[in-house]
Amino acid sequence: MNTTSPKPQVLLVDDDSDFLWQQKVQLEADGFEVVTAVGEADAKAKLAERHPDLAVIDVMMDNPDTGFTLCYYIRKVAPRIPLILVTSIVSETGMDFALASDNDRAWIRADALLAKPIRFEQLRREIDRLLPREATAQAATAAAH
Amino acid sequence: MDLLRVLVTDDELGMRLGVTRTLRGFTVQVPDVEEEIGFVVEEADSGEAALEKIRLSPPQILFLDHKMPGISGLDVLEATQHLQSEMLTIMITAYASIETAVQATKRGAYDFLAKPFTPDELRNTIRKAATRLALAKQARKLAEEKRQVRFQFIRVLGHELKAPLNAVEGYLRMLQEGRLGDRLPPYGEAVERSLLRIEGMRKLVADLLDVTHIESGQRQRQLESTDLELVAQSVLETFAPEAAARRIEIKLHASDPVRLTADRGEMEMILNNLVSNAIKYNRDGGRVDVRLTREADRVTIAVSDTGIGLTPEESDRLFGEFVRIRNEKTQNILGSGLGLSIVKKLACLYGGDATVVSQNGVGSTFAVVLCDPPVADLALPTPRHSGEASLCPPCNTPAMA
Repeated sequence: MNTTSPKPQVLLVDDDSDFLWQQKVQLEADGFEVVTAVGEADAKAKLAERHPDLAVIDVMMDNPDTGFTLCYYIRKVAPRIPLILVTSIVSETGMDFALASDNDRAWIRADALLAKPIRFEQLRREIDRLLPREATAQAATAAAH
Repeated sequence: MDLLRVLVTDDELGMRLGVTRTLRGFTVQVPDVEEEIGFVVEEADSGEAALEKIRLSPPQILFLDHKMPGISGLDVLEATQHLQSEMLTIMITAYASIETAVQATKRGAYDFLAKPFTPDELRNTIRKAATRLALAKQARKLAEEKRQVRFQFIRVLGHELKAPLNAVEGYLRMLQEGRLGDRLPPYGEAVERSLLRIEGMRKLVADLLDVTHIESGQRQRQLESTDLELVAQSVLETFAPEAAARRIEIKLHASDPVRLTADRGEMEMILNNLVSNAIKYNRDGGRVDVRLTREADRVTIAVSDTGIGLTPEESDRLFGEFVRIRNEKTQNILGSGLGLSIVKKLACLYGGDATVVSQNGVGSTFAVVLCDPPVADLALPTPRHSGEASLCPPCNTPAMA
């Protein structure tokens, strides 16, 4: 097995430093490389210098809709990166959106939507689903070493 | 232009035409209400016809003749009392029958006009009614805006209260599942962070109670001659350990003793919030200067720091509720996002204001101006959309140049 192949890289964007730390520690333990950003500007800066394989983005940051606009931005500059939106909006506002209908998929430019508080296993499951198999296999190998 | 519908009910054609003619092109301007008010007049030649029109769609103002063949004005008045509408009824009565007017008013008429009346009398009467309708509408609109602002506040509050819960829950799960490896220190760090988030949440609840106290207006304010320098000294003492831990030097400058009529608790709240921020957002080894000055009837509390500073855009938003400047430099600093909105509200209670002058990366100076004596009419800042600072009522006397 080629252990020198780069680890899959995940970009985590959230204004809560504890959320970032928790997911980062656990993803790293699972063999991922993690880049964190605390807001829209920071995320854009990180995107300019790194090439993440996947991004996990909180919705409410600098503005209540930062996550949505950031998704649009990433879709434009790096269309192949799978995007996972994480939000507590659903339970707070009763605003019901999901990625179930074509209508929602048309305006929410994300591949998955997770409601906070999230369990790490949920996040892992979505990452496994969205990343090519080789990438997660590499992560597992890296974690084992 | 806001158009009010007027229904003139009289069996005399001349009377109906007279009212219609007088109100054509007539407009009313109500103080504090932006929109001019105009009138659209409809006519009914009997009580029955009026009831039919009212049933279909009640006008805002109803002119009602007392004496008509068929059902009388009083009958119409009686029949329309159950209507859930804002309709104001003005009875048209003959000169002699003042008792009728009284009777009509008892039954819910808003006003009466004695026949014969001049066009000016008619216009005055309708101006009064229009003013009342406009003010009622304005009050409803303000109440609704206030409700929306509160709703928004509670929604954001929910979010702010849940964030620390999510963080602590996340740490507890990691501990429970042993996700931090075999060494102990990371677990200690997780516990440390959890405790910090709980402390932050406690501060948020405390600030929230402060906001509620101020806004309810039920708190007993004790306005008395207060030595601001003494208050500042005791506040600075409580922050001394925190400042020392980060080698931040705090200095109090007050050239003359500054006394003002104020509530000591409120002065503490202002100073606590400003000094706490000045330390939190400072650099290690930085400094904080607290200056107390008086200029005529204005007392200024100015707190300067050598911290991270603000961009102009950030300064504009800063005094709103739940506004926290989030970037890499502030991500580990805990705050409720309510402190400066509290400072602003308190400044407003004194007819003053709270402002900031800042240079990004260099430092900020927060200044709170208080009127002494406080402006009598204690008005809270006008609610605006969340995230925007409120507007303070101004001091009684303008600042000395």
